Amino acid sequence: MADRYPDYDVLAKSDTLSWNPVTRKVIAERMATAEPDILSPEQHATLRRLIERIVPQPDNRPPVNTVALLLHRIMANRPDGYRHHRLPPLREAWTIGLAAIDAEAQARHGQPFALLSNREADDLLRAIEASETQAEAWQDFPPALFWSWRLIPDIVSAYYAHPSAWSAMGFGGPASPRGYVRLLANRRDPWEAREEGNHHGA
Amino acid sequence: MRSYSETEAVDFVIVGTGAGGGTLAARLAEAGFSVIAMDAGPYWRPLEDFASDETHQEKLYWTDERIVDGEHPIKLGSNNSGKSVGGSTVHFAMVSLRFRPEHFKARTKLGYGADWPVDWREMWRYYAEVEDALKIAGPVRYPWGPHRGRYPYRAHPLNAAAEYLARGAEALGIDWTETPLATLSAPRGKAHPCVYRGFCVTGCSTNAKQSVLVTWLPRALAAGAEIRDLAMVGQIETKNGRVTGVQYHREGEWRFQPARNVIVAGYAIETPRLLLNSANGEFPNGLANSSGLVGKNLMVQLNQAVWGIVEDEVRSYKGPPSLAISEHWNYEDRGKDYFGGWSYMSQGPLPITWARTLSGGRGLWGQALIDEMARVNHSVGLKMVGEVLPDERNRVTLADECDQYGLRIPRVTFAFRDNEKAMIRHALDFMDQSLAATGATERWQESDDTCHLNGTARMGNDPATSVVNSDCRSWDIPNLWICDGSIFPTVGGVNPSLTIQAMACRTADRILLANHEAS
Ligand SMILES: Cc1cc2nc3c(=O)[nH]c(=O)nc-3n(C[C@H](O)[C@H](O)[C@H](O)COP(=O)(O)OP(=O)(O)OC[C@H]3O[C@@H](n4cnc5c(N)ncnc54)[C@H](O)[C@@H]3O)c2cc1C
Ligand code: SF4
Repeated sequence: MADRYPDYDVLAKSDTLSWNPVTRKVIAERMATAEPDILSPEQHATLRRLIERIVPQPDNRPPVNTVALLLHRIMANRPDGYRHHRLPPLREAWTIGLAAIDAEAQARHGQPFALLSNREADDLLRAIEASETQAEAWQDFPPALFWSWRLIPDIVSAYYAHPSAWSAMGFGGPASPRGYVRLLANRRDPWEAREEGNHHGA
Repeated sequence: MRSYSETEAVDFVIVGTGAGGGTLAARLAEAGFSVIAMDAGPYWRPLEDFASDETHQEKLYWTDERIVDGEHPIKLGSNNSGKSVGGSTVHFAMVSLRFRPEHFKARTKLGYGADWPVDWREMWRYYAEVEDALKIAGPVRYPWGPHRGRYPYRAHPLNAAAEYLARGAEALGIDWTETPLATLSAPRGKAHPCVYRGFCVTGCSTNAKQSVLVTWLPRALAAGAEIRDLAMVGQIETKNGRVTGVQYHREGEWRFQPARNVIVAGYAIETPRLLLNSANGEFPNGLANSSGLVGKNLMVQLNQAVWGIVEDEVRSYKGPPSLAISEHWNYEDRGKDYFGGWSYMSQGPLPITWARTLSGGRGLWGQALIDEMARVNHSVGLKMVGEVLPDERNRVTLADECDQYGLRIPRVTFAFRDNEKAMIRHALDFMDQSLAATGATERWQESDDTCHLNGTARMGNDPATSVVNSDCRSWDIPNLWICDGSIFPTVGGVNPSLTIQAMACRTADRILLANHEAS
């Protein structure tokens, strides 16, 4: 779908009153986050391909470093405050999960996940989502739970932590100390995104 | 800030500085007691420390490991509890509601759950005290329940999302109102009014939000209380049937603080966990647990929603997330095939929360997710806060694993029963009709979200069926008190923080009274 907010970039506000110093700092650090070397090359490739399928990059905007952000999270292995009793802690869950996704690709197509076509990859992901996997690797590792408690929330949370993703959805972004004045429908402040083809506001 | 030594017992050690503990710290210090309020979390300075960012602000949440199981394992984290001085109120959504009077006597008046051992009129006096302490911004006339006085500050304006709630309610012929909120609608001292930045549930960086951190705790400090942050209490010690103080972990070591009284206010998971982890030779089943009820009757609240798409640009990221509310189904019992009540409010999810909602609740991923996310400025939603009935099978126990302090972690077991399922059906259907009446299309139902935690150390009139008495004093140990979300016998259909603070004010008065009588 075409970008609804083609002339909007939330980063254009980073030097304005909408961003306080601590916000500037954490967002700059996030955007500069590189990919740590914590997985085997095969697992790294699996994760990269998985992320491409779950959260495709926005068109015509700087890419989101989802892989780096998620790898940092896996490395930190910080709990989220609730762990499903059938899943291991974060880092272990990801390590087992990535290996299981690859094993599933091997079982179905005799190839690693990273080399599957888009359609093959998506069909395989739908099988995980529906708990219809074939590989041994899922024996003690419930695929649908891994999907809904770990894979999906972790990936979408990393992607939607990035300014490119905010700009593409017309989100106002950081807003402190300056917030908003116009709260009613079809009204926007001058520092909010203009939606293409919509002539309301400002 | 005053600081007390570890060589002398203080009058009160309070464990936790949230809605229950922070309020008590202020009220007891003001009454002249020596008070140390400990919190496992840090003492933030929001103006300097808080970013406008969902991910960074995860630092406010209780994310220590907890195991969840049962038929509907609950998702905790951001949505349920905080680990900060000020407790969960540092990132709460500020909705400040009173219980319907009959809900304090659900068993005798409405035939379900359990009665509270307090009279609603007394609670309403304490509600008024808390509303004034927080300068709640609310409507001129509240449509439901007995008459209440004017809210201290005028209501906030509606945002577009709230207007959709209002239009739907009017179309269905029920009342709605501006939500009473704990954020300033006018200046207060040095604090500016709310700037409608919309990041409330990740912490308010302008201090407009009237959390415990900016209301009760400054009062506590002014009255000479010590707030000891980054202090994780691992065990309450006892001798000859009385508590003697707390073992707590701070700056890498275990320490002991003696106290004449201990008040536990760690919220409905950490409170029973601490009482159970404090089991000793005298109290082998944990403290205050002769009834066996510590940890049992955990009640979350139902947090299901209906979402849809509208032509208008709604941009619900602006303003506090829930500016309009209907409590109709808290006060109307006819037409229900279940017990209990619920309210519903307008919504304003931030990007990560919304992405998790769409991917988790609707199964969207890939380009379908990205495209739907791009329509967020045209989406509107209504979300319920619904009553869960007490059930002993929903509970907090100790798991075998230990956390970073070497303490056994909690296991939280939860399932919805038939009553909850019937309430969810009714609420989703009603909220769908309400959205439909505003012209929203492509409506869908988010069916499994929960919020709030209550009930694992309930109060009552009978030591066999409750953990604390009507003064929030434990039945088993006379100088051990519990005063937080755990003491709720029932939860009603409103967010709990105002009731917790009102109960804390009442408890402070009861302690004072008992003290006068003793001396
Ligand atoms: C995202 C979110 C939105 C919410 N929105 C609303 C709302 O709009 N309206 C409403 O009424 N309620 C809301 N709530 C709920 C409300 O915040 C809580 O019900 C209330 O704060 C609970 O009060 P409490 O005193 O029981 O616990 P808390 O406020 O959670 O305080 C407990 C404190 O105890 C500390 N602690 C726990 N164990 C220990 C220990 N062993 N040693 C030392 N410290 C310890 C914790 O660090 C914490 O700071 C919301 C909650 C969340 C998470
Ligand atoms: S909308 Fe108001 S209360 Fe919420 S974070 Fe902003 S200033 Fe604070």
